[in-house]
Amino acid sequence: MGIEQKAGDMGIVTASLEQVVNWSRSNAMWPLLFGLACCAIEMMGAQSANYDLSRFGMEINRASPRQADLMIVAGRVSRKMAPVVRRLYDQMADPKWVIAMGDCAACGGVFNNYAIVQGVDEIVPVDVYVAGCPPRPEALIDGIIHLHEKVRRMRLDGTLREPVHLS
Amino acid sequence: MTVTETRARNLSIPAPSQITRPALEGAKETMVLNMGPHHPSTHGVLRLVVELDGETVVDTAPDIGYLHTGIEKTMESKTYQKAVVLTDRTDYLAPLSNNLSYVLAVEKLLGCEIPERATVARVLLVELQRIASHLVWLGTHALDLAAMSVFLYGFREREQILDIFELVSGARMMTSYFRVGGLAYDLPAEFDAAVEAFLQIMPGRIDEYEALLTDNPLWIERTQGIGAIDSDAAIALGLTGPGLRATGVAWDLRKTMPYCGYETYSFAIPTATHGDIYDRYLVRMAEMRESVSICRQALQRLRDIGPGPYMTPDRKIAPPPKSEITHSMEALIHHFKLWTEGFKPPRGDALAAVESPRGELATYIVSDGSAKPYRVHFRAPSFVNLQSLPHMARGHLVADLVALIASLDPVLGEVDR
Repeated sequence: MGIEQKAGDMGIVTASLEQVVNWSRSNAMWPLLFGLACCAIEMMGAQSANYDLSRFGMEINRASPRQADLMIVAGRVSRKMAPVVRRLYDQMADPKWVIAMGDCAACGGVFNNYAIVQGVDEIVPVDVYVAGCPPRPEALIDGIIHLHEKVRRMRLDGTLREPVHLS
Repeated sequence: MTVTETRARNLSIPAPSQITRPALEGAKETMVLNMGPHHPSTHGVLRLVVELDGETVVDTAPDIGYLHTGIEKTMESKTYQKAVVLTDRTDYLAPLSNNLSYVLAVEKLLGCEIPERATVARVLLVELQRIASHLVWLGTHALDLAAMSVFLYGFREREQILDIFELVSGARMMTSYFRVGGLAYDLPAEFDAAVEAFLQIMPGRIDEYEALLTDNPLWIERTQGIGAIDSDAAIALGLTGPGLRATGVAWDLRKTMPYCGYETYSFAIPTATHGDIYDRYLVRMAEMRESVSICRQALQRLRDIGPGPYMTPDRKIAPPPKSEITHSMEALIHHFKLWTEGFKPPRGDALAAVESPRGELATYIVSDGSAKPYRVHFRAPSFVNLQSLPHMARGHLVADLVALIASLDPVLGEVDR
């Protein structure tokens, strides 16, 4: 926040509560350990040594939805899986965010058929869509950084202070 | 607390078997436990309904279909060329093996010959795919048994293979590189050096993984004697791939029913005797070494063959090169017909089986003489292998079930399709 210079050695930091809350929320975001299909393999790739998602503080996956803030829907959601995904989302504590990773989660992808939910936004609200089939690990990391950006611009009531412009 | 007191207390803690054995004696009441579809160790969206007697598994019923994608049905509405894209997404850890099985079946229907260079490239890439798939298996298997570092090392080498795939096809995972009649594009100039660099480092890296696991007492404790199956039961349950070979049956389609000229390569079929998780691990590790050797032979053959055609010259199947279209009317017509209608194989059916990293993968296609397949069916090894899970799990602990699923290496995309 660049406050160290302003505060000097007084041991006092001044910031708005909103800024502090958003700073902590965006820097300690725990994704749900949750993979569905091909995209989950690329998500694992993003967490492995070459792409090292922990640079952004995102490596601690929680297996329990109760401990997670972020659901990365990585892969196609079938009609049979849809109620499970919704239930997991409902079990997550507020505030929570969703990234639709890959074309299937975003819009059904190549599977325009009876079996696949045509976009996970039919069942859960989505904050960031990541395109690709599957997206490269860099694309997922980019999506996560955009989400962090979004969280930093939120009001305490959860609404957005200003629209997020993609650079 | 003094040291002697601490030691005395530690000695008084009973071993797990001391707790479970008396508890099980005369026990009749069982508990049904739901595991999945959201569970970190089910490698996707597998759901197991486990009947437990205390901690011991009495019975397991896999509930599948959470990733049912309708791939077989969707393929019926695509032309033969376009359906290749869907095959990538069944077994997403080995897209090239799926591509190969599918294009071999269509080529059988058409009776089309493909250039030698394309066949050798296919073998080379499919073997690289086998190594990549086994690396994901190794990483996640070790991760399930709480060994994080193997995952990080395994994915390091996997990235190198994915870079090679990206080089040849432009995509890391969903390559769709094998097309009916040959390859999508020619192999790029950098291909040779990239594969050579990988083959140089890989044997040493496999030694590294083995140094981490093979003699590791924790690994041995969790895997030896767990989930054993004998060869008769394995054959009766239709188990194929490393699971079957770990029971001592040297059944590998690359040797027993060769395709793509595998009979001309020299390689061994690694087998083991106990059929437990540890043996499956050993078989897969040995398979990676054999794959490196096949890759090396294939790379040498590519060098010997030199540049040349990578697609069948049959213009009814393969699209003409762009340069021809600009000045040949006939080429333009072929191009137009291929991309608007597609080619029409004769009526009939064809089956092509390949040895995928998980076992026997076969594609069965029925043609009604139109440009779209009448029916496509995959004999998916993950799906068939999964039915031996209840047999293997019986009598073991719930914690062993986690290791057992990982050792079968199911890919749910392939199970449910």
